[in-house]
Amino acid sequence: MDEYKILIVEDSPTMRQLIAFSLKRLKNIKIVEASDGVDGLKKLSQDTFNLIITDINMPVMDGLKLVSLIRKDAVYKSVPIFIITTEGGQEDRERAMALGANAYITKPISGPQVLEMVKSYLNIK
Amino acid sequence: MEKKDEKERNIFERAEEFLQVFKKGAEFTQELLRTNEQLRYRVLQLEEENKSLKSSPKIPDKQYEELAKQIEALKQEREEINKRIKEIENENRDFAQRYVEVEEENNNLANLYIASYQLHSTLDFKEVLQIILEIIINLIGAEEFGIFLLDEKTHELKIMASEGIDETQVPSVTMGVGTIGRVAKSGEPYFMEDISDPSKINWLNPMVAIPLKIKEHVIGVIVIYKLLQQKKNFTPLDHELFTLLAGHAATAIFSSKLYSESERKLSTIQGFIDLLTK
Repeated sequence: MDEYKILIVEDSPTMRQLIAFSLKRLKNIKIVEASDGVDGLKKLSQDTFNLIITDINMPVMDGLKLVSLIRKDAVYKSVPIFIITTEGGQEDRERAMALGANAYITKPISGPQVLEMVKSYLNIK
Repeated sequence: MEKKDEKERNIFERAEEFLQVFKKGAEFTQELLRTNEQLRYRVLQLEEENKSLKSSPKIPDKQYEELAKQIEALKQEREEINKRIKEIENENRDFAQRYVEVEEENNNLANLYIASYQLHSTLDFKEVLQIILEIIINLIGAEEFGIFLLDEKTHELKIMASEGIDETQVPSVTMGVGTIGRVAKSGEPYFMEDISDPSKINWLNPMVAIPLKIKEHVIGVIVIYKLLQQKKNFTPLDHELFTLLAGHAATAIFSSKLYSESERKLSTIQGFIDLLTK
């Protein structure tokens, strides 16, 4: 069975742990964590991921900049990207989706909801 | 002459009437013949049917009763199966509902476990405060809030960490005074009844105030002024997180403060020892 690799880009260790904890219920899953956009790009260059989850407000490089850079990379042109953020405004949502995000989830998150969305995008039953 | 003509006319009229009656009689006879033909044909048909019925195998009465019994039994069985299917469908609905509840409970436990794990992951005072802020932003969904800590010397509560607010604008709070001061004194949490009206909220009157307690000793208060725009009200999980913060955050803050002080003292003593031994 294939192994799915998911990158979580989030400056809050609490959130990283919460997302990872929710996703670890899936079989054959490898989770890699990054603490900001730059760290995220570094991790993306070291491995190939099936799905990327990122926050927006982060030091060094924010999540929106990261999404726009990821979409310019031919390898990650169609990889699903989820935004998990505190920003609940419609403008933020539209901006993120316009840049190429596939899903926009606002905090506080529900672990089962994120899990179901990941399963859906990765076609895991 | 006239009489003769009238007589002839009468004869013609009567002949005409007779002809009419005769025609009707002929038609009636024809009709009777046709009906007779049809009846003959029907009789033949019935005779044929009768013959074929006689030639078909006759089901004995006993076997017929057996079959009737079997049909009845099958009907009952079908009813039983239908009843069982309905019961299973109801059970499935119950299981689905239970699954959702278990998932929710699991999610809540994950949140509480992670919050607790993070709170006790460090002995660095600033890191502990940062973790508390992270928990309140990410797990509870607050936008503007602060952590007040009690100054044991002045008996005043001073804001030590915050998010979304200008700390210089927040005044110190005296024990027992105002909502925050009363929460610190009583050790009982405060929740504003109607959080939808922001006009009632100010620096000294927040929507939520959670005392940070070590046993019965209050060391500070977590104060929330505003929730994220997508967060409309508090959930049962939020209340569990508040309870967890009240105890675990207080312990984490207290331990990290003690550790920082002991580290500072140790460093001073080490400095003295180094001076004396040189």
